[in-house]
Amino acid sequence: MNEAIIKLSAQGLNLWFGNKHVLKNVSVTFPEKQVTALIGPSGCGKSTLLRCFNRMHDLSPDARIEGKIMLENEDLYDKKISVTEVRKRVGMVFQKANPFPKSIYENINYGLKINDIPSKERPAIIERALKESYLWEEVKDELKKPATRMSGGQQQRLCIARTVALRPEVILMDEPCSALDPISTRKVEELIVQLKKQYTIVIVTHNMQQAQRIADQTIFMYLGEVVEEGRTDDIFNHPQKDLTKNYVSGHFG
Amino acid sequence: MKLAARETIDSFVKAAFRTTGLLVIVILGGIFVMLLWNTIAFFAHIKPLDFITATQWNPGGNRASYGILPLMVSTGIVTLGAMMIAIPLGIGTAAFMSEYANSRLRNILKPMIEMLAAVPSVAIGFLGIVIVGPEIAKLAHQANGLNALNGAVLLAIMALPTIITVTEDALQALPVSYREASYSVGANRWQTLRKVIIPAAAPGIIAAVMLGVGRAIGETMTVLMATGNASAFPKGFFHSVRTITATIAIEMGEVPYQTTHYYALFAIAAVLFLITLLVNLAGEYFVNRYRKYQAT
Ligand SMILES: Nc1ncnc2c1ncn2[C@@H]1O[C@H](COP(=O)(O)OP(=O)(O)OP(=O)(O)O)[C@@H](O)[C@H]1O
Ligand SMILES: [Mg+2]
Repeated sequence: MNEAIIKLSAQGLNLWFGNKHVLKNVSVTFPEKQVTALIGPSGCGKSTLLRCFNRMHDLSPDARIEGKIMLENEDLYDKKISVTEVRKRVGMVFQKANPFPKSIYENINYGLKINDIPSKERPAIIERALKESYLWEEVKDELKKPATRMSGGQQQRLCIARTVALRPEVILMDEPCSALDPISTRKVEELIVQLKKQYTIVIVTHNMQQAQRIADQTIFMYLGEVVEEGRTDDIFNHPQKDLTKNYVSGHFG
Repeated sequence: MKLAARETIDSFVKAAFRTTGLLVIVILGGIFVMLLWNTIAFFAHIKPLDFITATQWNPGGNRASYGILPLMVSTGIVTLGAMMIAIPLGIGTAAFMSEYANSRLRNILKPMIEMLAAVPSVAIGFLGIVIVGPEIAKLAHQANGLNALNGAVLLAIMALPTIITVTEDALQALPVSYREASYSVGANRWQTLRKVIIPAAAPGIIAAVMLGVGRAIGETMTVLMATGNASAFPKGFFHSVRTITATIAIEMGEVPYQTTHYYALFAIAAVLFLITLLVNLAGEYFVNRYRKYQAT
């Protein structure tokens, strides 16, 4: 896997919330067009790390970041770079499905309008995004319906559609299946495997089977530090560190 | 203490609270009955149609006329003007506080706005006579600035705290996830505010406006001091007007007991009561709808 292009990386990343040191000297790389899983116990900083990559922490005044995050060869925290541009290139799907309180159609249309995509092109893009997230057949006759009336799994797939519609380069997913039943989870997993052909995907998950089913790389974090990273198969079957072994085998004290 | 004694105290307290609760209902009912009773007495003297359609409020003289229209139009003009000023200003301030201001600035602004709500209406009326009125007169080249615009500006000041506070609560109550969703597709703050936050908070904002309208319609002292109270049919913002509230306040003190004029003042008070009741009910309706919407 060494020959894979590094799409996204963090070097010497530290993050504090007030005085609380949450990310400690994190250095990680994400190869292009692969799925990388972030695993680790609750509170270890997975979401915090993920949100560094689309600069979501810009919104919380008490967050302080040091270190470097590179998208290909651009520094995402460079003063000259526009944060809205970063967020268009690095899309995010949140832990809890969060459609806008608008119609299904408008949920996707909104991002297209924001990014100045001509109105003539939008219907086709929306249809494509809904097809890509396997939602089209279920909703094609009720695009005007409020998104909040869909099922949880449909809402989450709509959020994915909203993200892929913008053709980002990287998609960040924070436990996208945590609120879904097994069937919807399967659908989202299949979708992720499909999306990998075009996008670089980083996914936070608590589900070890899920990580093994869909991730090429896995990163194990503990108390704000990266303990081990490598090919998913190695992390789960031949971990180098005891901490990793205990966590992936479920013996965590 | 013995159990029996405790139970006696408990039932006594319960009875006391029930009495105070009932008292409120009795007072409200009393006011309503009083207004209604005197209004009925008024309509024994004057035909309802005349009350609604006559274009003059002229209780004195031998050709007395009791048209509520000029008073309603006066109240309408002043309230409309006040809302034209207060709605954009109030929503703008609330949006600034909720979306742009940092917590330190917000902690300064919030108490100041609440203090604005505590300024007595006489003081605001005074402000209208010595500052706002003369400025308007200067700008409009008029002899004095005691007109509808003056009243509207002052009422806007008085309605602002309500509109700002309720709107800000509505904006703050929206889940962070809406904002995050919007930012995550590349929207900036202004786009997020205009296209996601404000539409989602619309019921709460409407409630805020309704409460502001209610405040403006019922306000008496300020408009009494600031609008000149001319009894001619109101012609516009730069003319003196005489609102329902001001009319009652001015005339109630001098009117002979149980004359047509006396009853007439109750009749216009009843109309005012009805209007504010409707506005408040509408506001309440939107607040509730908003709460329901939040729960889901
Ligand atoms: N906005 C914030 N302000 C202060 N502390 C925060 C904030 N967000 C997260 N934290 C703290 O940072 C630490 C890491 O949180 P984070 O949400 O990244 O954990 P996580 O690994 O995603 O956990 P989970 O698996 O439960 O989602 C936690 O101790 C949390 O309390
Ligand atoms: Mg998390």
